[in-house]
Amino acid sequence: MTIFRSHVLMCSGTGCVSSNADQILARFKEKIKEVGLEKEVQVIKTGCFGLCESGPNVLIYPEGSFYSHMSVDKVDEVVDEHLLKGRIVKKYLYKESIDKDLIKSVDEINFYKKQKRVALKNCGIIDPENINEYIAMNGYMALGKALTEMNPDEVIQLIKDSGLRGRGGGGFPTGVKWSFAARNKADQKYMICNADEGDPGAFMDRSVLEGDPHTVIEAMAIAGYAIGATKGFVYVRAEYPIAVNRLEIAINQAKEKGLLGKNIFNSGFDFDLEIRLGAGAFVCGEETSLIASIEGHRGMSRCKPPFPANQGLWTRPTIINNVETLANITQIVLNGSKWFRSFGTENSPGTKVFALGGKINNTGLVEIPMGTTLREVIYDIGGGCPNGKEFKAVQTGGPSGGCITKENIDIPIDFDTLTSIGSMMGSGGMIVMDEDNCMVDIARFFLDFTVDESCGKCTPCRDGTKKMHEILDNITSGKGINGDIEKLLDLAYTIKDSALCGLGQTAPNPVISTIRYFRDEYEAHINEKRCPAGVCKPLLSYYITDNCIGCTKCARNCPVNCISGEVKKKHVIDTNACIKCGSCITDCPVNAIIKR
Amino acid sequence: MEKIIIIINGKEAQVDKNFTILQAAKSLGIEVPTICNDNRLVPHGACRMCVVEVKNARALLTACTTPVAEGMEINTHSERVINSRKTTLELMIANHPLDCLTCSKAGNCKLQDYCFEYDVTGEKFSGFDKDDLPIDDSNDFYTFDPNKCILCGKCVKVCDELQCTSAIGFSGRGFSTHVSHPFEAGMDYSTCVSCGNCVSVCPVGALMPKEKTKFREWEVKKTQTTCSYCGVGCQIELKVKNNKVVGVDPAMGPSNDGLLCVKGKFGYKFINHPDRLKIPLIKKDGVFNEATWDEAYDLIASKINEIKKEHGSDSIAGLSSARATNEDNYLMQKMMRAVIGTNNIDHCARL
Ligand SMILES: Cc1cc2nc3c(=O)[nH]c(=O)nc-3n(C[C@H](O)[C@H](O)[C@H](O)COP(=O)(O)O)c2cc1C
Ligand code: SF4
Ligand code: SF4
Repeated sequence: MTIFRSHVLMCSGTGCVSSNADQILARFKEKIKEVGLEKEVQVIKTGCFGLCESGPNVLIYPEGSFYSHMSVDKVDEVVDEHLLKGRIVKKYLYKESIDKDLIKSVDEINFYKKQKRVALKNCGIIDPENINEYIAMNGYMALGKALTEMNPDEVIQLIKDSGLRGRGGGGFPTGVKWSFAARNKADQKYMICNADEGDPGAFMDRSVLEGDPHTVIEAMAIAGYAIGATKGFVYVRAEYPIAVNRLEIAINQAKEKGLLGKNIFNSGFDFDLEIRLGAGAFVCGEETSLIASIEGHRGMSRCKPPFPANQGLWTRPTIINNVETLANITQIVLNGSKWFRSFGTENSPGTKVFALGGKINNTGLVEIPMGTTLREVIYDIGGGCPNGKEFKAVQTGGPSGGCITKENIDIPIDFDTLTSIGSMMGSGGMIVMDEDNCMVDIARFFLDFTVDESCGKCTPCRDGTKKMHEILDNITSGKGINGDIEKLLDLAYTIKDSALCGLGQTAPNPVISTIRYFRDEYEAHINEKRCPAGVCKPLLSYYITDNCIGCTKCARNCPVNCISGEVKKKHVIDTNACIKCGSCITDCPVNAIIKR
Repeated sequence: MEKIIIIINGKEAQVDKNFTILQAAKSLGIEVPTICNDNRLVPHGACRMCVVEVKNARALLTACTTPVAEGMEINTHSERVINSRKTTLELMIANHPLDCLTCSKAGNCKLQDYCFEYDVTGEKFSGFDKDDLPIDDSNDFYTFDPNKCILCGKCVKVCDELQCTSAIGFSGRGFSTHVSHPFEAGMDYSTCVSCGNCVSVCPVGALMPKEKTKFREWEVKKTQTTCSYCGVGCQIELKVKNNKVVGVDPAMGPSNDGLLCVKGKFGYKFINHPDRLKIPLIKKDGVFNEATWDEAYDLIASKINEIKKEHGSDSIAGLSSARATNEDNYLMQKMMRAVIGTNNIDHCARL
């Protein structure tokens, strides 16, 4: 085997790929060849590093130098200086890597310091398209151990002991769920991986599939062995082409090596895996809809019971697990339940991956031990809100969750605590909002999503969320009337109580929680026709203050010519003609234009 | 059958262990409202009218899909349940034309009945968006008005699960969901066989038979009879107004279980058709003249005897009809063989 002195890791998650990672990677390879280092330096395409905000990202080992915002034209300099001459190119390093004169390695960067990578263990480290790299990281050892040293009951007991809870949103204990399917007798059972990831702004599962597809395949085989399923499906949305492609490659490699297929590890256990593409409907993440979709029907939820563990795919016992849930399995099998419980809290052991987004400096993927506080995630890891703006709230659980305000920012993140304050863990979307976000508008945004994504089967969700959305539309456009808040709450609680599936039952949550914490904003919209955050356009008017120096720039650029005034004299906006495009605000050199 | 004990509306009761809550309630004489339920179909649980309160359950549960369990405490008409049903009805009629005055379904409409029962007026969400979709009357026998559809799903399920034609399905998501057919080209361009079973199950006025005579449900007299089109023996109910058949509903007969084919469901208009033959006609000098039955029978008998005598039995053949009963068909062949003396007997469906 060739030993390389340096490794160049190129993040090839969707974020970095969409900003030219492939071309950067190609240039690295070319340039390294040009300078004759191809026997000394290895270039590897990896999964997501997490810090998507600063992508495209490149890591160079052994120094652990973290180059951010890379581009093709920077590559030659990095190769010449860093790889050839051993001089780290400071100006291209991630800004936080440089502390005065000290250059920090990647592990010392704040963003990574408080993280603990279990599910993302191999992401950003190995080449996801090369099974040997996975095997080198102890890959398929857990499957070997399960098949040759443990019986199915022992595997289930181990997962039960670990306390692992489903990461897909529900938080149901995984081992217990497996035992339901295990005790059912059937001619065929199925293991399904839920990689639908419909939560807007979430990309945890995508990153795992892109960065470490084998861990999911291995875990599915282990789960199949535990419950007695010989056939598995990965249900993944077609909008994830990179993930689908790497998963296909990985499945084929595993089949070639006999790690999928007949008589795996000579144990007599067969396991076969197929990919099923989803068309991107949020409801198809709900397990009964997902099953319908795999069966070739329209993605519509059905009532439970019967639960899939008893009657699932083609009415056979079926276990559905989330990608991230599965990504923990191999680690638990290898390191034991005690090790797993050493992270996180008593009732929520382990770690959780979050997709941090919205008004936050370090947009990206973070994996933290359960029990970490929101403050740590938002400030220490996320770097707070950009431009010094004040943090207002964070939405967890996506369209099914709720917002968490400043008052609760010191609560530990775990399943039960989040639920107790009216939000939920969800699958791991975490959207940060600052003072410039209008909470009524946020509620409307999330409801807009669920109204569109409702499968249309049951009355409360199909018609009820639409009514709530119409009321919110009225409120944000200045047509709100007395009693709207009560009507919203009345509908919200009825829908939660009577909708068929989790989509409808949770759809009103963003409205309930924003009313709970920001009722004053709703009231300002309804009673005073005012949007305190200055977001809801119909409620805003643009004015020019006395600071105006009469430079005429705004008047010249206004697309509807509604600004008038003489040179060097205060200008005025005809608020009736103004279309509220905001171009004048951007143009004004002295910030004399305000909206209120 | 194994029994278990449940507590329903505060009273203990013994019910079959395999019952759903809906079946259990029914067996105890407790009425739970349903719209999308149909005992012949896989429970759908979509309309949410049958929700009940079950102790320790997080949310309300649909009685039609939830199995009973030992010691289950159920309330079918608590305040929480009633409020939920009211809101569900309000939501349904918020997107439904309130034209009961002119709707032919009035008096036979589940939505109307439940709104009456639950004092739902349609005021709560008046002014909200309503569908405004074109009516599909491409089929010869029925119309589909999507604006009246409450998406209970019965038509789709009956077509799929019982009729096994699967001509219709759902399209769109959320509020735009609607009953549709391939490529939205119109009902008539689907694989629809016009059996009308969807029309029979539609609880509202969305799927309606094409019938020119106006009638109200309470004006018609219903008579159960056997469909005369073939030997299956489907049970039907003829709806009669002023001595005229104005519609057919399937009845729950042992051989049809509430289903019909296009002929049974829609082929009733011959009954009162002016061209229908009601009296025998005998042709004299090239013109048909009305005759009595006796005259007609006599003529047939004498002609047959004449032909038999002159040309022999085998010069006569009989062809009987699938619209006659088995018994009539039996007698027909018996007559051909025993009376006329020939084996020349056939049948349009070769019974
Ligand atoms: C509307 C809706 C959408 C969902 N979407 C997803 C999803 O995208 N991915 C996922 O893993 N689970 C999703 N779930 C949760 C799944 O139904 C299911 O609980 C989960 O996949 C079980 O896996 P776990 O036990 O490993 O969490 C969704 C649930 C609902 C109600
Ligand atoms: S709650 Fe919404 S998504 Fe779920 S079954 Fe009802 S309509 Fe469909
Ligand atoms: S057309 Fe009638 S039966 Fe079909 S879904 Fe609509 S209301 Fe139900």
